[in-house]
Amino acid sequence: MTAGHASLVARGVDVSVAGHVLCAGVDLEVRAGELLAIVGRNGIGKSTLLATLAGLRAPAAGSVLLDGRAPGAWPARELAKRRALLPQSHEDHFASTVLDTVLVGRHPHIGRWADESDADVAIALEALAAVSLRGRELREVRSLSGGERQRVAIAALLAQQAPLCLLDEPVTHLDLDYQIETLDLFARLAREQGRAVVAVLHDLNQVLRFADRALLLTGAGAWLCGPVDEVLQAEVLSRAFCHPLKELRDEGRRYFVPAQEGNERRT
Amino acid sequence: MDSHASAATVPVPVADLRRRRVWVLPLLALLLAAAFVLALAVGSVPVTWVDLWTLVTGGDAGMAGAIVATLRLPRAIAAAACGGLLALAGALMQILLRNPLADPYVLGISGGAAVGALLAMLFGVASALLELSAFAGALAAMALVFGLAHGAGSRTPTRLLLTGVIVSAGCGAAVSFILAVANEQSLRGMLFWLMGDASTASRPGVAAIVLIAGLLACAPLARDLNLLTRGDATAQLLGVPVARLRLVVYLLASALTAVAVTTVGSVGFVGLVVPHLIRLAFGNDQRLLLPASALAGAALLLLADTAARTVIAPAQLPVGVLTALLGVPVFLFLLNRHR
Repeated sequence: MTAGHASLVARGVDVSVAGHVLCAGVDLEVRAGELLAIVGRNGIGKSTLLATLAGLRAPAAGSVLLDGRAPGAWPARELAKRRALLPQSHEDHFASTVLDTVLVGRHPHIGRWADESDADVAIALEALAAVSLRGRELREVRSLSGGERQRVAIAALLAQQAPLCLLDEPVTHLDLDYQIETLDLFARLAREQGRAVVAVLHDLNQVLRFADRALLLTGAGAWLCGPVDEVLQAEVLSRAFCHPLKELRDEGRRYFVPAQEGNERRT
Repeated sequence: MDSHASAATVPVPVADLRRRRVWVLPLLALLLAAAFVLALAVGSVPVTWVDLWTLVTGGDAGMAGAIVATLRLPRAIAAAACGGLLALAGALMQILLRNPLADPYVLGISGGAAVGALLAMLFGVASALLELSAFAGALAAMALVFGLAHGAGSRTPTRLLLTGVIVSAGCGAAVSFILAVANEQSLRGMLFWLMGDASTASRPGVAAIVLIAGLLACAPLARDLNLLTRGDATAQLLGVPVARLRLVVYLLASALTAVAVTTVGSVGFVGLVVPHLIRLAFGNDQRLLLPASALAGAALLLLADTAARTVIAPAQLPVGVLTALLGVPVFLFLLNRHR
């Protein structure tokens, strides 16, 4: 991995919802060419932190800099060319084809008076091929399954071609093979194209396999950030997830599984 | 990586929108032109093609020419312009509420206009004041809905819709009250106004100019509006100034509706049915949907108004009754077919 320039810098960022502090004083640098995983329990503030990093909400304290400027200081379109966010859920209020849905990602690249060009369509088709949905361009999105819909959203994010990709649970509704495919795709985008990828992930073994670094939110505002192998240790993970975890080794790789005994609950 | 989906390559309509725009808009414009010719030609005094041609080329077509120039032409312009205004306003409201069943009436704007107009009739004021009163009523309802829906939280579509429904219900009650206390002479005029009537339109040119201005205002916003239909968060992420755009759309739709109801009264269904039909037929791209809705709405209301003054001639029907009678079955048929 080549450590590229800092794409996103967070300094002393507090994230709070309704006066309740979720993360306190988060210091984070996301560099071009790396995949950073955010892990932690439900409701601990992963999505809120991601939205803060994306500039959708202001940090309660501290600062976020995206390519050297606060997200709000970038013109809206310019910001959209620099960072993309994959939200956790997708709404479809009106009928739309798969291709039109993916072309939405091209919006910041197209001038106010211009239409999507053939080049934009080519980029959208390429994005669809990357999520194995080529050939379904004209399907109505609302007729797709939840997992297919998620892959359409990933294709739209790819079509946006932003150097910083923030992914909120990108593989949650996907079949196992597509989970691996998707994470492999983003790991390659980071490695080969120098993109910076931040992904909220639930499967610790996927984090071990695909992420370069991890940010572990341990609750009560506390957090831990560093290379995956340093952060992901059985003891700290057991505490963070309120369930004892056991580390296994196979062919030099580490795996975590929930321990059978000592089913201690959160106190 | 492509083991499961060996993509059977489907030909992709790369220039789908562009191709559609090239044939859909001229086709609808042609339909509108045909409706115009029909509106000028038919009626209790028959006007021949020769008369129309003479008039168009600046000649003197006598009695028939006078009827066309002073009666049928202004009325046709009013009906067409207001049909376009209502359809365009309906399409904008549907984007704003992200609900294909929204229209200017749901948001209480025409209810406010009705209260204003009927109050003016109740006190027997002159026609210019009546229009002013209807316009003020529409804007007041708009300000009420917008102000209340804003509240502490965000201006969510659900909040807007609910506030609109409540304001609309309140206006309905006020209208009933006015009808109950009105005297016999003004009652008939009030009922015609409530049902929509193009025969009394006094300033058709204003409606036409506002329609064209509205269409021009929408043109540079159309792609942003496409994103707005996909949710505020998506639009925001892709660089659309969501809060500002929603405000602009609401003001624009309200102004268009206010001008339309002030000109022809309460004509229902055009704002709901027309954008819906266009969406079912040609898709939901606002770059095509907005101008196509305006053209189709204009043609529809013009045809409806022509029918309203000819089917039971010499008596006249309120055009709003006809739009509802035409709109409901067409709407139900299409809804069923595309299920």
